[in-house]
This record gives sequence, C-alpha cells and structure tokens, in this order.
Amino acid sequence: MTVLLPRTVAEACDLLCEHAGAIPVAGGTDLWVEWPLRVDEHDRAYLDLSGLDELRAHRWTDDELLLGALTTYWDVIVDPRAKAELPLLVDAAREVGAVQIQARGTWAGNIVNASPAADGVPVLMAYDAVVVLQSRDSIDEVPLSDFYLGYKVMRRRPDQLVTAIRVPLRGYDYQLFEKVGSRAAQTITKVGIAVTRRAGEWRVVANSVAPTVCRCRTVEAFLTAGQRARGPDDLIGPIREDVSPIDDIRSSARYREQVLARLLYYGLKDECPSFN
Amino acid sequence: MEITFTLNGEPRIVEVDPADRLLDTLRYGLGLTGTKEGCGEGECGACTVFLDGLPVNSCLVPSYQARGRAVETVEAIPPGELDALHASGATQCGACTPGVVVTALWVRRNPGLLATHSLRELMAGNLCRCTGYDGIIDGLEAWIREDAP
Amino acid sequence: MKRVEGLSKLTGRELYVDDLAVDDVLWGGTVRSPAARGRIREVRFGSGVDWSEFVVVDHRDIPGSNAVFLIEDDQPVLASDRVRHLHEPVALLAHPSRHAVRRALREVEVVIDQEPPHLDYRLEAAPDRIQYGNDNILKHLRIEKGHVERALAESPVVVEGVYETGAQEHVYLEPQGMLAWEEDGVITVTGSMQCPYYVVDAFRFALEREKDRIRIIQAATGGGFGGKEEYPSGMALHAALLALKASRPVKLIYDRSEDMAVTTKRHPSRVTHRTGVDRDGRLLVQDIEVLLDGGAYVTLSPVVLSRAIIHAGGPYQCDNVRIDGRAMLTNSPPFGAFRGFGAPQTQFAVERHMDRIAGRLGIDPVELRRTNLIDAGGSTATGQVIDDGVDRVAVMERALELADYSGRRARHAEFNSGSHTRKRGIGLATFFHGAGFTGAGEVYLDSVVHVAGLPDGKVEVRTSNVEMGQGTLTIFTELAAARLGCPPEEVVIAPVDTARVPDSGPTVASRTAMIVGHLVEEACDDLRTRLGLAAGADGDSLKEAITGWHEANPADEPLGQARHVQPPHIDWDEETYRGDAYGAFGWATYVADVEVDLRTFATEVRDFVAVQEVGKVLNETLARGQIQGGVVQALGWALLEECKWRDGAMENAQLTNYMIPTTADVPPIRVEFMEVPYPHGAAGAKGIGELPFDGVAPAVANAVAEAVGCDPDSIPLTPERLMELIER
Repeated sequence: MTVLLPRTVAEACDLLCEHAGAIPVAGGTDLWVEWPLRVDEHDRAYLDLSGLDELRAHRWTDDELLLGALTTYWDVIVDPRAKAELPLLVDAAREVGAVQIQARGTWAGNIVNASPAADGVPVLMAYDAVVVLQSRDSIDEVPLSDFYLGYKVMRRRPDQLVTAIRVPLRGYDYQLFEKVGSRAAQTITKVGIAVTRRAGEWRVVANSVAPTVCRCRTVEAFLTAGQRARGPDDLIGPIREDVSPIDDIRSSARYREQVLARLLYYGLKDECPSFN
Repeated sequence: MEITFTLNGEPRIVEVDPADRLLDTLRYGLGLTGTKEGCGEGECGACTVFLDGLPVNSCLVPSYQARGRAVETVEAIPPGELDALHASGATQCGACTPGVVVTALWVRRNPGLLATHSLRELMAGNLCRCTGYDGIIDGLEAWIREDAP
Repeated sequence: MKRVEGLSKLTGRELYVDDLAVDDVLWGGTVRSPAARGRIREVRFGSGVDWSEFVVVDHRDIPGSNAVFLIEDDQPVLASDRVRHLHEPVALLAHPSRHAVRRALREVEVVIDQEPPHLDYRLEAAPDRIQYGNDNILKHLRIEKGHVERALAESPVVVEGVYETGAQEHVYLEPQGMLAWEEDGVITVTGSMQCPYYVVDAFRFALEREKDRIRIIQAATGGGFGGKEEYPSGMALHAALLALKASRPVKLIYDRSEDMAVTTKRHPSRVTHRTGVDRDGRLLVQDIEVLLDGGAYVTLSPVVLSRAIIHAGGPYQCDNVRIDGRAMLTNSPPFGAFRGFGAPQTQFAVERHMDRIAGRLGIDPVELRRTNLIDAGGSTATGQVIDDGVDRVAVMERALELADYSGRRARHAEFNSGSHTRKRGIGLATFFHGAGFTGAGEVYLDSVVHVAGLPDGKVEVRTSNVEMGQGTLTIFTELAAARLGCPPEEVVIAPVDTARVPDSGPTVASRTAMIVGHLVEEACDDLRTRLGLAAGADGDSLKEAITGWHEANPADEPLGQARHVQPPHIDWDEETYRGDAYGAFGWATYVADVEVDLRTFATEVRDFVAVQEVGKVLNETLARGQIQGGVVQALGWALLEECKWRDGAMENAQLTNYMIPTTADVPPIRVEFMEVPYPHGAAGAKGIGELPFDGVAPAVANAVAEAVGCDPDSIPLTPERLMELIER
C-alpha cells in the first residue's frame, strides 16, 4: 500500500499526475468501511488530503458559500449562518450517520464517492452547487447536476482533485428535504428528496431511486406548469420518466416509487395550488 | 511509516503500517484496549475516540491521518467522574460502553449542543444492545446536571 | 448497590478476549463452505500463498468424535465429506499476521458437488432434499388438553389466523472470540461465552480428553442473549485444534460480518391458530400448530420448540387445547438460543390472534383478556395449576392505568380524524414466561454452588454462571452479603474458570438469579453451619470464624456447598407433556403507543409501558435495565430487524444493512414491577431476563393494527411490509 502525503494542493495535483489512479482520501468514512476485509484495496495508492489545511475551511461571500474539499458535515451543522441561509445543508448533514461520521465525512467526499444514496448531494444539487476540479494544468468547474454520467461514473479525470464546492446564495421561497431510511438515525437512504423553488423555478432532486442522485426534470416541469395532482398517484407518471428505482437488500422498487410520490405530494401540497 | 501525534495529552511517535486503522494502532500497537471494535463499519460507535476534540469512529480513521493531531481515548477519562453513568445503569455488558462514555463526555463538555440537538440525536452513533438506552440517557442527563450551577 | 464491575467497564479496563495481549500468538481463520448443500470434493490451496507459514487444520486433526456435543451429535466440528449449509466450517488456518490470514482465506477453494438445498421451512421437502429421518422433522412435540375436535365443532365462533416471525441476529456488541493454548498438557480456552461447562463437554467428546486436561475460562463477555450459549462450543474447539497443532496460542476473533453471517439466530416461525370462542369471548378451544425453522443441524431446536409450544396458548384459561409443534431442517446455518427461546414467536401469534378474535367479536381487546386471563386455580395448556398469588388482571390494569390507555385511545381517535398522513394507535399484550429449565431440566443439570471462606476472611462465591451484562456478579454479591450479614466488599465472585468453580449449570433460561442465586444463599447457609455460626451471626463474627479456621487448618478452606433440589410442587411428565412445566412464571402486560406515517409507512413507537410481576426485584437498576434492554431488542425484532436470505445465508450481514434500534428509534421505556415473592427463588425472585422479550412485538403490532385498521400477521413490520399490508 502506498500513501502519498502532499503538503499543498499543488503538490497533491502533481502527485495525482504522477500516480495514475491514486485515490484521494479525506474523511475515510466510505473508503475505510470494513477496511481489514477489503484486502484488494490495500494494494493501491492513496493520496491523503488531510494535511492540506488550505482545503479545510468553508467561506462565505456575498453571493456564495465555498465548501473546501475537507469541509465536514459537522463544520456546516455548527455554522449558524448555514442554518439561516442554506438550511437544507444542515438538515441533510444532521441525517448523515451520527456525529462520529458527521465529524469526519466531507461534502466533497460524498460527491466523489458517487453513491446513489449520497445524503449530501441532493441538497447541494437542489442549490445548484458547482464542483471545482483542480489539476496540475487547469481549474475546471462543473455544475453538480451535470457531474454524474452513470453509476459511479462522473466528470472527474483521475488527475483532477475536487478542491471546492461553490454553493450560490439565492433567496428561495420554498425548500424541502426529506430522507427516508430504515430507521430514525444512522441509516442509509432508501428514498430521499431535496426540493427548492426560486422565482417559480423548481429544483427537484431525488436519491436512492436511480443509478445516481438525479434531478427530476419531468417532475420539475410538472410543477412549473402547475399541473394538477389529486393525490400521490398522479405523480407516479412523471416520476417514472425521471427515476428507475430497484429492489435491493434495503428496500423495494415499488416502495421507493410510492414513497417518492408521497413525499412529493404531501410535501408540496401546501405550496402548489394544483395539488389537492 | 512514522507518525507523531498527541495521545491523551502526551506527544507520541509511533511506527504504523499505512493499512493500520487508528483503532488497530491504539489497541494492538499501544495496548490501549479500552477502545473496542464492534463492527469495523463505522456503525456501532464502540471505537469512538476524540480526534481534535470531536468524537470519531477510530475504525474509519487511517492511522496516518492522526499525524499532528490530538487523540484522546477512554483511558484518559478519570474514573471518579463516571459516577452518574455508573449509578444510572449506563453499562451492562460493557462492549459499547467506552464509546458511549467518550460521546457522552463530548456532550457534557459541550452543553450548548443541546440548544439544537436532543441527547438521543447526539448519542445515536453509539449502538447498545443491552440497556435499551434509558440507562445511558438518564445517566448522561444526571452527568450534565452535575455541572449545572 | 451499583454494578460491581461497572467502573471497570465505564473506564474501558474490563478485559475481553481480544483485549488480552499474548506473546507468540497466532491468529486463526475459518475456511467455510461456499454452498448450502453438497459433497466436498476437494479443498484446494492456491499457489499464491506460502502455506508453510500457516498452520492448517481439518477434520483429520480431530482426535475424538467429529461432532459438537449437544442434544444430538449430528453437527460436525469441521465438515469432512459433506456440507449442509453455507459458511459451514471446513478447515482452519493460523498465522502470526491476521492480515495474512485474511488474504490466505481467499486463496482456499472448497470444491463442492452441489446437491439441492431445502431452504423454506414452510414447504414440504422433496424426496431429494430429505436429510434428517424420513421427513426432515428435527423434533415433533405435542400438548393435548381436553377434547379439541369436539370443542371446535361446538364453538359458536371459530377464528383462524396464521402468523409468521423472522430470524433475528443477536448483535451482542462484542463479536464471538476465543483464545486457546496448551499448558502442562491442559488445553485451555478463554473467551466470550455463556456456558463454560458446555464447552468442557464438547472438548471431552471431540478431543477425547479427560476433564482434568481441559480448562475453560470465561473472559469478560460483551453480550450474549443466547448467541453465546451453544455456538462457542464449536468455535472454542476450532481455536483449540489450531493451538494444539501449532503448539502456540491461537486467537480466533470473528469480524462483525463473519459473526452475523455464520452464527446462530432466532428461529423463524409460522404459527397457525384455530380458536373456538363463545359470543362473550370466552376461549373454548385452542388448536395451534407451531413450525420452526431449525436450520441445518439439530443443535438446540428441540428445546426451543418445547418452550415455544408451552407458551403458545398464552396466559389464558382454556379447557381444550392442542398444540402441535415441529422444528424443521433447512439448509441454513442452524438457528439457536435467543432471549425468550421460542416463547416470543408463539406469543406474538397468540397475542395478535387475541386482538383478531376481539375484532371479530366486536369486544374490546382488554375485555377479551380480562375474561380469559388465568384465575387462581386455573391451569395452563400443559395442565399446570397456577396458584402463585399473582393477580394477572391487576398486572394488566396497572399497565393500562400507567399508559393512560383509555385516555390515549380517545385522543388518538380525534387525532386520526384530523390527519391524513399520520395515524396513531395503542395496543397491548398480556403474556408470561417460565423461568429456569423446563420440567425436569433443572434436575438433570444437578447444579452445585460453592461458597468458600478465604484466608483474609472474605468469602468467595464459586459458580459457573457468567456475567455478560445482565448483572450476575452484582446479584450474587448482594445475595451472599445479605445472607451472611457481611458488607458486599467482603464478598468475592470467583472468575468462571472450570478449574476452580463447580458446575452450576449454564447461564441461560432466566435461571441465574432465581435458581443459582438461591443455591448461593443455601451455600452461604452451609458455610455458616460449617463455621459453627448461628443464623443471626454478623459479618464480624463471620470474618473472625473464617480467619480462625484458616489459622487452625492451613491446608484447608471452609467450604459451603449447595446442590439443586427440585421444589416439591413441580410434577412434569416429559412423555405426555403434561404437568408443571416451570417452577414459576413471570407475568406481564405491555402497552405500546405508535404513530404510523402513511407517507413512508414507518412506525414510530411514541410510548411504551412495561408492567411485570417478577417475584421479587433484587436490584432495581439492574432489573429495570433488563426490562428496558429486552423491550428495545424486541422492538428491533418487531419493526426493524430483518435477515435477508439468499441461497440459505444472510445477505445483509453488516450493521449498515441490518438495522438494530438506535437511541433515536425508541422512546423511554416506562417500567414498573409488581412483587409476589416466589418461595424457591433467591430472596423471592423469579427470572426476568427473557420475559420482556415476549410481549413487545404483539403490543406494537396490535397498536399498528389499531392505528391503520389493518391486521398484521408477520414481523418485522417494516415499512415495505406495512405498505403491502395496507394495500392488500
């Protein structure tokens, strides 16, 4: 096992170039699960980010929140400004594992782990977050909603490091986050949603119902058009255009679809005059 | 590889394998067996230690990430402070207990957390199969009250 | 008194087996079957490993009989020619590096000529899947009382129901572990276990050794719940076989995922009820069939089945009862002992069925129970006359009062009419649990306890009953101190080491405080008699007498002894399953208040009240802890915990995917005790460890039924299952 210990971001990018396929490690809360048993993964090279203090802090400007690659869930949970301006981030962060995970897990790590059940990603996507990717030669930005190409496939080259996430600050007139897991705390999402509305423009993001966390553009159009829904069942059609839930050891496709419809219908009922 | 970190207030230099978890280094390298392994998945919290003052699952921390940081384990907690948990029945089999005590101590040191969080949310990362949690929650409430003016 | 070893646990100083530092130790690992059933053609050791570095053990290294000694000897220590379940142990490896063991295990291939497995205990096995007798029935038991067919024919109303419960993993927080070494010709094992003398018996049988060359020492045990009753015997043998071959100490510690995949679980069950009642709800006849999934070997299934059927009728008076029970072989890892031992499964069924009967008759579930709870002088299904001075209706009334049952029902009706997405309900279960071994079981155990006076004047209690969290050390200390009139500091509990303690039986069946505790009291009396002390002698004179003895007899120690004597009121016929199944039952009523979220179909338990009559509470904090812990573990079984099976093995063998309750999943559990001392139990106590498990799932399911107007017939009542039920 090889561990690379860069001291600067520039050095980290150099190392990523030199060691093709080295895996960046931040909080380790995904990579190190059942680590002793994952013997194949012991033979690889890892790039430890934990010494890169320049990536640790999150910063507020007038028009955005910049999450560093090492910003943890807990950093956001205890920031009162986050609760005031981007409350869904706090709501989601509090649903990630428990404090032991929140203290270590990073927003950036959650993005690049690329789990369809990622808890941090839906709210970031609903806030139109942008992923900042740095390599030796360039800095690129990719909107999070365009970041995923398929299951665990994303717009990140092996030589690129996610160094930050930019979350624009906008006034939302409606926002909603719901996570449904198998129990009340410390649970992997079976189905979840993050919804925002700003000036009549909707973002509806779902997780655990498709190969990636995804925008539900048909549902968004349904809402924008003010189409009528007399109950959750009327949302099933648009949902099926957007997502493709499966049966697995945590839940069933049917449950996920039904609950997604119910979360949306009952969650938005008071906001949408066409829902009755 | 060699790492330098602060362990229970003392500077330490330790030789670790890059594949060693902080949990392994503590238990097998340094003989601090108070920190337990319950699952190795970051789910049960039995291996909870403080890393720079926050509770973390030491089974998910690569030992090399402890370099330059402060680690505090259950061994650092004075037994004399634990009466409230003892009296309330916070421990039964004891396997989850060191992790419970570390998280509970963190809550006790940071009572401001209770403005936004319930005790049950803060303790949700420590699974216990014996007590049904009442002994833990009752003990922690009493422990926090000890500090009240 | 506070828990004796409490501070040691709170400070992390208590030493569990994996905490023991041993020089020159090897790490063990287990090669397992990749198939649910078949013949072993070959075990291939891959070329990528230097096998000369490893100690390798297979069935040929077993000096005695290749079987784990228990009720029958059908379960091999290591499979030799065939396997009957996935993950069945086939060979063992040991190496100084645990990491090397993990890598090497992947390089061993067990080649199996597969045979068709039988995986569903509810289905009749095809002829080519019969593997036990001529019908795969591991055990068949029957209870008969009165005239069932005639009573069914004459009943004005007959209500039927089929109820199913799933497997449950123990999830003791400390995974199973053993450390073995040979010392002066004595094979010694220390580890996490409930029954050291079971391990001794297993060693005598498989290692063909005399008892004096076997030493079993219980290490601090991080939870058991039955999961460390029979399973450790085979695992201790594995560690011992490696240590004997290696001539070095060997540690065998399971990872959580291995532990979850391979060790025992609660028996899945299907229980069928056909019940005749009159229009007022009086039970006229109960016709009950109990089916358990036993898994691949007999292990403890016969006795689990026994307890299951004895409790299947519930705590009710009924003159005509037939309970037919079968434990079936399947090609799953064997199911085993788990808190409640069959009784939770059958009492889930009968208590759900009582609510179904109430619904059919339009009678309040409370009234139905009030009508049928056994009165003084009434009898259970086995004909055991109940005359213990306990008022079972009063237990129920107290629980209802504490829960504000009628007030909540009324408020729920109002709440539910105002909410589309949230529905509340309250439900109850009245139930019982027999403490100690069934029938003559305690006679066969022939338990012995010693209490010795030590040279420093302290007394040492010697039993084979272990502390695994439930409070043995504290209870025995308190009992001995109270009996001897000395301060608790003067009492020492001997480490459970078979070289030092007599066999006082296994730490199971809620028997430790009640039965062994009583023996501790009697051994204390005997010690005092031997020391020539009067009954009222105080602690100072005791200490003086002990030190005086040692001065006079330096080579000897004063030793009080007690041997179990069956209380005269127990009259049991093993052949007919008639008579007094247990010396005493604990009685309880639990009330659950739930809210179902109809958006997610998740059930939140809002309040839980547990009232029980347990003879005498010995230590309030410990007793409450037993109830609260049992309730929460059973809430997991009722709502969250589901073993997902694939080809005969647990697919979700990780704590990430097998959900036990967290702090956030459960409310405070409100506990109250009622006390009618049991004359044959320690200080009047009856067993309480298992009782709390029995009534939780039905109380919750009955509450859910009331909340959403459905009729749940199986658990766990996961959101997915509840959704299907509501849509049905």
